Amino acid sequence: MAKSNTATLETEETRPIGLLEGVVRRFVRNPVGMVGLVFITILVIAAVFGPIIAPYNPTAMVAFDARFAPPTLEHPFGLDELGRDQFSRILHGARVSLQVGVISVTLATLIGTTLGMIAGYGNRIVDEVIMRSMDVLFAFPTILLAIAVMAILGRGVTNAMIAIGVVYIPIFARIARGEVLTVKNEEFVEAARALGASDAAILWRHILPNILAPIIVEISLSLSFAILAEAALSFFNLGTQPPDPSWGRMLSEGRAYINQSAWMGIFPGLAIMFTVMGFNFLGDGLRDSLDPKQNR
Amino acid sequence: MNYQYILQRLILAVVVVLGVTFAVFSIVQLVPGDPARVILGVQANEENVAAMHERMGLNRPFFEQYFSWLGGVVRGDFGTSLITSQSVSDQIAARLPATLQLAFASLFIGLAIAFPLGIISAMYPRSPIDLFASLISQIGVSIPDFWMGILLILLFSLSLGWLPPSGYTPINEDFGDWLAHIILPAMTAGLISGSIQTRFIRSAMLEVLGESYIRTAYAKGLSRNVVISRHALRNAMITIVTIIGLQMTALFSAVVVVEIVFTWPGLGDLSLEAVLDRDYPLLQGTVLTLAVIVTFINLLVDIIYFFLDPRIEYA
Repeated sequence: MAKSNTATLETEETRPIGLLEGVVRRFVRNPVGMVGLVFITILVIAAVFGPIIAPYNPTAMVAFDARFAPPTLEHPFGLDELGRDQFSRILHGARVSLQVGVISVTLATLIGTTLGMIAGYGNRIVDEVIMRSMDVLFAFPTILLAIAVMAILGRGVTNAMIAIGVVYIPIFARIARGEVLTVKNEEFVEAARALGASDAAILWRHILPNILAPIIVEISLSLSFAILAEAALSFFNLGTQPPDPSWGRMLSEGRAYINQSAWMGIFPGLAIMFTVMGFNFLGDGLRDSLDPKQNR
Repeated sequence: MNYQYILQRLILAVVVVLGVTFAVFSIVQLVPGDPARVILGVQANEENVAAMHERMGLNRPFFEQYFSWLGGVVRGDFGTSLITSQSVSDQIAARLPATLQLAFASLFIGLAIAFPLGIISAMYPRSPIDLFASLISQIGVSIPDFWMGILLILLFSLSLGWLPPSGYTPINEDFGDWLAHIILPAMTAGLISGSIQTRFIRSAMLEVLGESYIRTAYAKGLSRNVVISRHALRNAMITIVTIIGLQMTALFSAVVVVEIVFTWPGLGDLSLEAVLDRDYPLLQGTVLTLAVIVTFINLLVDIIYFFLDPRIEYA
């Protein structure tokens, strides 16, 4: 009996677990990360199924006579200055936020990580040129840099994605460079080099997989900043253009009527705050789960 | 002391500022198509476009334009506004004090919140005050600064009627009125930067409080206040100063946003006006000034860091 108990314990508790399985296990046990995951799941559902779930057309003036109406069962977030349903507009706004966040952060990750890896792996001159260029980008207050890029490209949501992407390139470059510097002299890299692997192959196949953890964490945290930046640009009338709904734009419009209807300035703000909080929690949870110091 | 570190930081700052001038100058050159047509609109006639080329110096080769502009910048001449024909330098000089006042007031409010909250929560980890501090900082990190501004206006201006919702009075004209106008914008940027700094101060203090020299200080019979102020805080300051320095870019970013929300007549508000009017010389002047201020503050932080921890070397 005792023997069979031991066998059960060995298979369930002490059998070696894979890297990914370990990360998932730790993440599931992390309450902060799980709360973040729930928030983000709600956001993704709203973004994907928004047009189906939304009770009204977000740009239609469904009740012009009842403009500024407070929240009711029919219109849970009330009506705006043109009698449009705020709840439907917020659901559609989720799509804009997620789209801008994902595309701009993907841009920043791809360019920033590549530059950082080249800087960390290349010679001193390459490193200096790339990293001093990143220092130049770092010298600008983030939103000001985004505004300056918008001045070049012009208004609109696509240009906002590019502007936000440019702002976050140096962050990924710095992280990737730092990680490459710690990994590039490891034995497995020396071994790959001794076997005749090219620099590109070493970077892609051997170094990249070993520096992914902090980059994944940064992706989650940057998504929250990107969503804040899009909201700010739309608030300044540079991002999403009317009549398309976006949370930042809704706040900008709501600000003018805040005396008549405070909720016009509250619900879009709450949507931004919970989304940003979701990505921050997710990032914190991922950091704890991916931290090699916790690997046993 | 190894002053080579300071020299290297100075050289680096000069390189960064030169890079910033190049990036800022390139704003006009990177505009897709003809910048003169973009500024004047599609219906502009050839004569006007040619005059704009002449006015902006777009006829000359790129580097000739850059060095001529840079020469002007070094002498404090940023050119003239395309909209008002006023000197950009004069406009910047008129707006700079408002931005600096707001930045320092926000930093002051942020630190006044972050230091006590960060230290106390590190002294009593997992206590109710620690949980409260972490909740506040989590909200502060997640809340959009412009929304925070709207909420504060809603509460303190529209509901309670205590403070004006926007506007500015120069400090030398009426101090009381200046104070009444700066409180809400400074609180907006200060609460957000303070909540981020609380996190860093807490973790820096927690790390130091776990060190063996703190246990030794307690073992010597020193009181908790003496241990915290003379031993823990002094050592944690190295990390804290670095973090505050890194936060300056974020603080100025918040100041830009807050200026726009509260129509505070600073450089952030002026930058947005310039973008909306496609007034490129004005935009170049405001962006360059703010980026140089941030670089200068970062250099200052590096130097303070060096004096706080003489072991530091250039890496």
